[in-house]
Amino acid sequence: MSLLEVRNLHASVEGHEILKGIDLTVGAGEVHSIMGPNGSGKSTLAQVLAGRDTFEVTAGEVIYQGKDLLELEPDVRAREGIFLAFQYPVEIPGVTTNYFLKAALNAVRKHRGETEIDAVDFLNMVRDKLSLVDMDEKLLKRAINEGFSGGEKKRNEVFQMAVLEPTLAILDETDSGLDIDALRIVADGVNKLRNDNRSFIVVTHYQRLLDYIVPDYVHVLVDGRIVKSGGKELALELEKKGYAWVNGKAAGTSVAGAQAVAS
Amino acid sequence: MADTIQNTTAYLADFERFAATAPGRGHRWLASIRDTAMARFAELGFPTTRDEEWRYTNIAPITGTAFARANGASNGYTDIAIAIEPFTGWDAGGARLVFVNGRFVSSLSERGTLPTGITVGSLADALESGSPMTEAHLAQHAGFEHDALTALNTAFLQDGACIHVAKGTVVETPIHLIFATTSDGQSLVSYPRNLIVADASSQVTVIESHVGLGGEACWTNAVTEIVAGENAVVDHYKIERESESAAGGYHIGTVQLHQYGNSNVTSHTLALGGALVRNNINTLLDAEGCASTMNGLYILGGSQHVDNHLRVEHAQPRCNSREFFKGVLDDHARGVFAGRIVVHKDAQKTDAKQTNQNLLLSEDALIDTKPQLEILADDVKCTHGATIGQVDEDAIFYLRTRGIAETAARSLLVYAFASEGLDDVRVPALRDHLNDLLFARLPYGEQLREAI
Repeated sequence: MSLLEVRNLHASVEGHEILKGIDLTVGAGEVHSIMGPNGSGKSTLAQVLAGRDTFEVTAGEVIYQGKDLLELEPDVRAREGIFLAFQYPVEIPGVTTNYFLKAALNAVRKHRGETEIDAVDFLNMVRDKLSLVDMDEKLLKRAINEGFSGGEKKRNEVFQMAVLEPTLAILDETDSGLDIDALRIVADGVNKLRNDNRSFIVVTHYQRLLDYIVPDYVHVLVDGRIVKSGGKELALELEKKGYAWVNGKAAGTSVAGAQAVAS
Repeated sequence: MADTIQNTTAYLADFERFAATAPGRGHRWLASIRDTAMARFAELGFPTTRDEEWRYTNIAPITGTAFARANGASNGYTDIAIAIEPFTGWDAGGARLVFVNGRFVSSLSERGTLPTGITVGSLADALESGSPMTEAHLAQHAGFEHDALTALNTAFLQDGACIHVAKGTVVETPIHLIFATTSDGQSLVSYPRNLIVADASSQVTVIESHVGLGGEACWTNAVTEIVAGENAVVDHYKIERESESAAGGYHIGTVQLHQYGNSNVTSHTLALGGALVRNNINTLLDAEGCASTMNGLYILGGSQHVDNHLRVEHAQPRCNSREFFKGVLDDHARGVFAGRIVVHKDAQKTDAKQTNQNLLLSEDALIDTKPQLEILADDVKCTHGATIGQVDEDAIFYLRTRGIAETAARSLLVYAFASEGLDDVRVPALRDHLNDLLFARLPYGEQLREAI
């Protein structure tokens, strides 16, 4: 059984349809990249999977680990192992990263029927995870993302992912705005977290990220539909030919999305 | 208007009875102050919303209630000793003065370990014994010419704390003053009056707690005068925890701060209770080099109404003032913040900053915030800023995607906002206590406390 099955997913915001029938299957341990031009619905897909209620799901279904994902509240999805790395991580003044992560981790542990982590174990574990993204322990005492540079915010997302150990990690344009050094650090962190039981959906506008996080599958999203799916070589082809290439293909037929099911 | 006259009349009649038995009535200077204050109250009458300074706060619930004047508890203090425990637990080992229904109760009070340079006692005793400090300072700082409620307090002043810190004395133990009102089955008004004089280069911390223990309406009309001598350091905290039920705790209080050269005074006003509360915090910076911090936090729900009126007067050059008030308002609560900064012509190099931040948790909560700057000097730095906002839904979603339940996420954000108002509390045991109170007042606060 696959980890995630998205079937004919339609979503809209204020009556404006953005996702127009997405089909996507993600197996355990797989890395899927969703590429597409601006406004194609990539971030919407990421946010709908995480449970953002500003989007209304008008049709379709999402099955995650055999459960109806759309029925679950965002925090329950997180506790069930879904993690969204934000394109624009939110600054939260007054809440330290330490305090927040411990609350988050304990919520996840409690959900799994585990006991709360004790302070010493927490600190040791967190130190270990910080090193994955080359971040300093001082981060823990800072308010969440407050005054962070763009690169620090993205590294903080990957750090949180490392702490919460999700089953399905969704990276929403984690690469955008990063210089090459920050991109390498973020990608390295993600690569170290790859394993047979953890799947990734990597949403990106640029092929560049995929040089570092090599996907198993690439899907091209245009105007709310997946118009083409393939292996990692599809990203390279796309880089060479541009989105106009798939745009042209999409324009001809509206059933293209139906074929875009990776197995 | 008829009501006002009638009410004023009732207080005038009560004053006749009071003056005949009041502590220190034998001192002519004191009798004169009381008489003058009563006469001024009679002239001014109770303020109404037609007065600019009272535009947003209607004290009709107070003027419409027939209060008896509180004068100690009639049934002894055994039950009260137990009832005040939740309000005193944090101050173990310190100095504590307990006042019940406006009168000092020696058996409930503790001197703790205070150094020899400090004199702490009840104002009633100080007035009876004719302490020269009272004559020199009492009613010399908190003017009642334009303030009917301060006039009324001054007319009826009889008890409270009288604290004198001698030159160079550093008092490390905070002094906790507790004003408890127990209704004894009737509506009571009490008039606590505190006088705190810190001489040159001394240091002292005084905490006032106002708590309601009774079921009936209680009105506290309080005035605290604080004098910080040259280079003195004074921290003052006022914690309001009176009853929040609509026919419950009414509090009108003035904290009057008079600062001399290079003194450093911090006042905190924490409204965590009360149905109808008005705080006047007035600071006079009367010599060069003073630093004044006025912090406040109000966490309101139900139909609470809390009005904070600040006035800082820069009378001399090179003084700093900082005002930082934060509020969280839920349900039908209403808040008022009015901050007046007056910079005299000669007060060059004044540096004044005022901040008022509000978080509204419901559509029916309301805040009126009003900065007022009167600047007559030309080389000054004065800034003010007010914000009114709601909980950031993006932040809520962010927290939820990390597994934190919506209710806890909401509570966490409110806590983060409000707890900043406690950052400057310098007594660790008090800060912990206030933090606990904050959790207790937040929706799902218990859940949050568990989470962190």
